[in-house]
Amino acid sequence: MAASQKEPVNIDFAGPLNRPVSGLLTWVDQRFPLISTWKAHLSEYYAPKNFNFWYFFGALSMLVLIQITTGIFLTMNYKPDASMAFASVEYIMREVPGGWLIRYMHSTGASAFFICVYLHMFRGLMYGSYQRPRELIWIFGVLIFLTLMGEAFFGYLLPWGQMSFWGAQVIVNLFGTVPLIGPDLAVWIRGDFVVSDATLNRFFAFHVIALPLVLLGLVAAHILALHEGGSNNPDGVEIKDKKDAKGIPLDGIPFHPYYTVKDMFGASVFLFVFFAIVFFAPEVGGYFLEHNNFVPADPLKTPEHIAPVWYFTPYYSILRAVPPMFESQFPGVAAMGASTLIFFLMPWLDRSPVRSIRYRGLEYKLWLAVFVVSFLVLGWLGTKPTDFLGKIGGIETATLLARFFTVLYFAFFVLMPWYSARDKTKPVPERVTG
Amino acid sequence: MKTVKSFVMSFALSASIGLPLLSLSGSVAAGGAELVLDRVHIDVRDQASLQSGARTFVNQCMGCHSASLMRYSKLRDIGLTDQQIKDNLLFAGEKVGEMMNAGMTRKDGKEWFGAAPPDLSVEARSRGAEWLYTYLRTFYRDPSTTTGWNNLVFERVAMPHVLWPQSGQAVLEVKEFKTADELRAAQLQAKRFARAESVTEADGSHRYLLKTTRIETPGSQTALEFDRTVRDLVTFMVWMGEPEQIARKRLGVMVLMFLGLLIALTYFLKKEFWKDVH
Repeated sequence: MAASQKEPVNIDFAGPLNRPVSGLLTWVDQRFPLISTWKAHLSEYYAPKNFNFWYFFGALSMLVLIQITTGIFLTMNYKPDASMAFASVEYIMREVPGGWLIRYMHSTGASAFFICVYLHMFRGLMYGSYQRPRELIWIFGVLIFLTLMGEAFFGYLLPWGQMSFWGAQVIVNLFGTVPLIGPDLAVWIRGDFVVSDATLNRFFAFHVIALPLVLLGLVAAHILALHEGGSNNPDGVEIKDKKDAKGIPLDGIPFHPYYTVKDMFGASVFLFVFFAIVFFAPEVGGYFLEHNNFVPADPLKTPEHIAPVWYFTPYYSILRAVPPMFESQFPGVAAMGASTLIFFLMPWLDRSPVRSIRYRGLEYKLWLAVFVVSFLVLGWLGTKPTDFLGKIGGIETATLLARFFTVLYFAFFVLMPWYSARDKTKPVPERVTG
Repeated sequence: MKTVKSFVMSFALSASIGLPLLSLSGSVAAGGAELVLDRVHIDVRDQASLQSGARTFVNQCMGCHSASLMRYSKLRDIGLTDQQIKDNLLFAGEKVGEMMNAGMTRKDGKEWFGAAPPDLSVEARSRGAEWLYTYLRTFYRDPSTTTGWNNLVFERVAMPHVLWPQSGQAVLEVKEFKTADELRAAQLQAKRFARAESVTEADGSHRYLLKTTRIETPGSQTALEFDRTVRDLVTFMVWMGEPEQIARKRLGVMVLMFLGLLIALTYFLKKEFWKDVH
């Protein structure tokens, strides 16, 4: 029998429990790839020893999957019914013991998720982590990002406040601008001619089961792909090129215990900041929980200013920046879609011979800075009404600014094949520099 | 080091683009006709203030407005006993465990006032304390409206001035200024809320108006006493918007202390393990 050919497991640090624990693990291991999985992904997965601050955010993004736990408890008292949803959220906030804590963890977690994912993606851009042979890790990552946006969008309708309702109305109407099939498509998504009880019910289904399932699958694929090729690092050096006699990378250290303890520290700091927000400023001045969302949804009363939550505002700005063409809003919608889908192309847009920003020339660094600034300015503009800066020559100043930075946002990607190829790079060291 | 350098550079670049933008927003925003709301200090741990606010809320607001997400029994948290709640706040045979619903239905409200009075359970979370504080203190007599009342913050509001027995009755005072700057200066100097308006006449000329209220018939309270009544009411509404906010902050201190300890522990754990990594 194949099962009995495996070496018995020997746990030598369990003291008097040594024999029963070892025996149990041996029994399991002969029937399940326990030890080999543990070794492949943790104790003998060799990660570069020079991970810096930016490498916390991958693990932290996984930590924020506690959204699933808080979400399960929320569904126990939430009612996905247009006439009860708003009150049921307040019921959780007021009458369910500890309900307010679960709810604030969930609402803060949504923003925390995007903060971690944005910083994690920025890390990838800085150190060229999408380059060959890690294209597929990056693609899974972008898919996670897109799924996360869907997850956040569906979830935002559930409290059934004014911003929930009108935000969903605006976004679903975007699909209505698609040529030919648009109007039918919008009705198909809503299940009604306006956002209604039917919409709330299906968004609830997407939010609590469909997308979380997809998300978990993609996260597993993301990590499996990562562990197949091995992690990049701030130097962009391939650590598997230099191995010792036993075949272990010279600059590699086992993920467990080194990075597990390091990530425990990172997680503690993250949780400190996270819970400081949860307990002392859960609304974050209207950015994490919008003021207008404490007014129940009213299909007959359009709010003066509809703004998405902060993590969508850069794309919302791009949407508003593109003027209608051929009497259609679709170009703006297409630009907004392109602004997120373009991330897929990164591995093929970048022609630089080096990975890390440390060994790139000035040009890539400046373009990355331009991209970051554009992203932030677009995000800031997206929180404001378009007329808040007045007008210049008959056109709203804020719209002009948004157009300017939309062009820069896309220029970062579109011009990359040229500037990354001709950029003066520095010699990359043989080993990581610590 | 290299990461730091590249960062300094990107920061410098972002600052050089970002700073002019920020100054731009400051100067242009000043041109808009924004409401300069009166400031108010709210302390949701002040039980005397909360109880006074609860009294005003139940006696005067709840004639029309519900707080349908709020139970009378929750008022125990602001230091009231069940007996006190029963004796002072329940008038129509409700039970202490019931929701704070008004007698008037939404349908009646719509018929009588033109708009159903909104539920006030979480009103403070959408409007904010300063808005409520200013709004409740800026009603004035206006024969042109159906209720005979108008408001400086919320023009032609459907709600009549319910607190008039305390505040007295005010009338509108309008001062005209020659330039927008003079108007702005006068608005900033006003001791109480003043509404600045620039009206464009048919011939294209501008008129700069500053609207304030003046008490004509005094009520049972002085202006200062009424300010306090409204502050207490707003304090109660802020508390009612999230009754768990005091418990939240108290628990928060303990959680953060624990996490602080955890940070120290995990830091030294990491240091110990990483001793042999070179």
